[in-house]
Amino acid sequence: MPGSLRRRTITAAAWILAFIWGLPLLYALWAAFHPSAYTTDFSLHAPLTLHNFARAWEAAPFARYFLNTVMLVIGIMIAQFIICTLAAFALARWKFWGSGVLFALILIQLMVTPDVLIVENYRTLNRLGLIDTLTGIGLPYVASAFGIFLLRQAFKSIPKELDDAARMEGASTLQTIWRVYLPLARPIYVAYGLVSVSYHWNNFLWPLIVTNSVETRPLTVGLQVFASVDQGIDWSIICAAALMTSAPLMIVFLVFQKAFIQSFLRAGIR
Amino acid sequence: MTVGSRFRWNMHVQGWLMVFPAVVLLAAFTHIPAVATFIDSFYSTPHGTKPSHYIGVAQYSNMIADPIFWQALRNNLLYALITVPASIALALIMAIWVNGKIGGRAFLRLAFFTPTILPMIAAANIWLFFYTPDYGLLDQIAHLLGFRGVNWLGDTTTALPSVMAVTIWKESGFFMIFYLAALQQVPPDLYEAARMENAGAWQVFARITWPLLMPTTLFVAVNALINAFRIVDQVIAMTGGEPNNTTTLLLFYIYQVAFSFWDSGYAAALSSVLLAVLAIVALGQFFLLDRRVHYR
Repeated sequence: MPGSLRRRTITAAAWILAFIWGLPLLYALWAAFHPSAYTTDFSLHAPLTLHNFARAWEAAPFARYFLNTVMLVIGIMIAQFIICTLAAFALARWKFWGSGVLFALILIQLMVTPDVLIVENYRTLNRLGLIDTLTGIGLPYVASAFGIFLLRQAFKSIPKELDDAARMEGASTLQTIWRVYLPLARPIYVAYGLVSVSYHWNNFLWPLIVTNSVETRPLTVGLQVFASVDQGIDWSIICAAALMTSAPLMIVFLVFQKAFIQSFLRAGIR
Repeated sequence: MTVGSRFRWNMHVQGWLMVFPAVVLLAAFTHIPAVATFIDSFYSTPHGTKPSHYIGVAQYSNMIADPIFWQALRNNLLYALITVPASIALALIMAIWVNGKIGGRAFLRLAFFTPTILPMIAAANIWLFFYTPDYGLLDQIAHLLGFRGVNWLGDTTTALPSVMAVTIWKESGFFMIFYLAALQQVPPDLYEAARMENAGAWQVFARITWPLLMPTTLFVAVNALINAFRIVDQVIAMTGGEPNNTTTLLLFYIYQVAFSFWDSGYAAALSSVLLAVLAIVALGQFFLLDRRVHYR
């Protein structure tokens, strides 16, 4: 095959695959922004409308779901930052009794994530009286092995001399972390934060099990309840609702695309 | 006590104080429940006033006699066997395309990666429309081309592959970025040398690219394998295990037994099987793979 024809074939194949990959989102946009009559009628004359979003917004308490999800993801992220930073620092800088075994035990959670242990964790939450609370949804994820691992690696790469210099000036351990380690590990915190927020924005099974009221349900569970309760199978409303739940994350992603992809890479490659 | 030993003593105490919150939470939500799951699998499910009591391996003998368990396990193995290689192959192709000189590569990368960011529940509901019999997009295209419509999620032969397609669609773009990062690390003079030798495109791939990407492939494969055994969102959103349990996967079955049938004893036994599967993957990674390559 001549070079240029070959290249053109490859380009065409790539674009066809990209089109298929984008199709669900493109279709959802079509259905959500057009009247129900045009759900499967792809006419260029179809009028644009925001009516489907308004109807979805009224049909279910999405405002409350949004609030719940935002509080949940921010709460989890802050708690993870604090708890994982403390543990990661100790494990990165000191060899205290049992630290090696402890680190190995922590890494088990990379495999055995909380969603595998739903039966026992539900029982634990029940005993703590945390069923149907945002705290209950977040608690099993707060001490994340992934976060500890990631931050420990980052802290290890920071020169010990900077640490010693801060200590000479009389800084305590927490002050040293705050002044030296946090600023230097900033890109890792950004990466971890983005990964954590997108994971918990999309998390479904555990919140589904733990919540049973509007006041605690995050968006994913709210969307599922909304879509499975009979909507008369009105796809334009379901698409509008699906787009609404994904929109904030999608917009952040589109704006910070590079940082986002970098973060997933940094977090994944470790 | 010398200054040095006091410092050391301090370090042990401070070290434990700092890991304490993480240790308590990890123990409470990972280690203790994992052990408790195993212990509970030897006890009956409490009913009303009747507390649970030791019943030995009865849950496990029930499991061996339970056709739905075997079906879930078989479905899940099949799921892993198909989605893992398919996602990896597509991810590799996408990465090679996006890494090369191709028109509109920023847009292509965006299109491939976007499914990763969408919540599975939102994506599953959109795919649900694609699969709707007659009215859905796939059947409309089929009608246009003169084929009969298919009840994609309602037919026992097409339901599981249809759910698999959603997983492949969602995961391959995510794995693509790992390959993309790895491809950018390949020294360009290797390709230069290959060109001097007049090597064909396939030879370059087989002799240079593929071997150099091996660590990435192994890393991605392990992650994909773990994910395959934790898939549940799309099953809940799209099929609920129907038709006839042909789309029931392990974690979905655990969820069903625990929270629809409220049989916590049996759910504990099923969870123990899932934990064992994950342990096998973990041990396989530990012993079989070269660990140096992907932890730099």
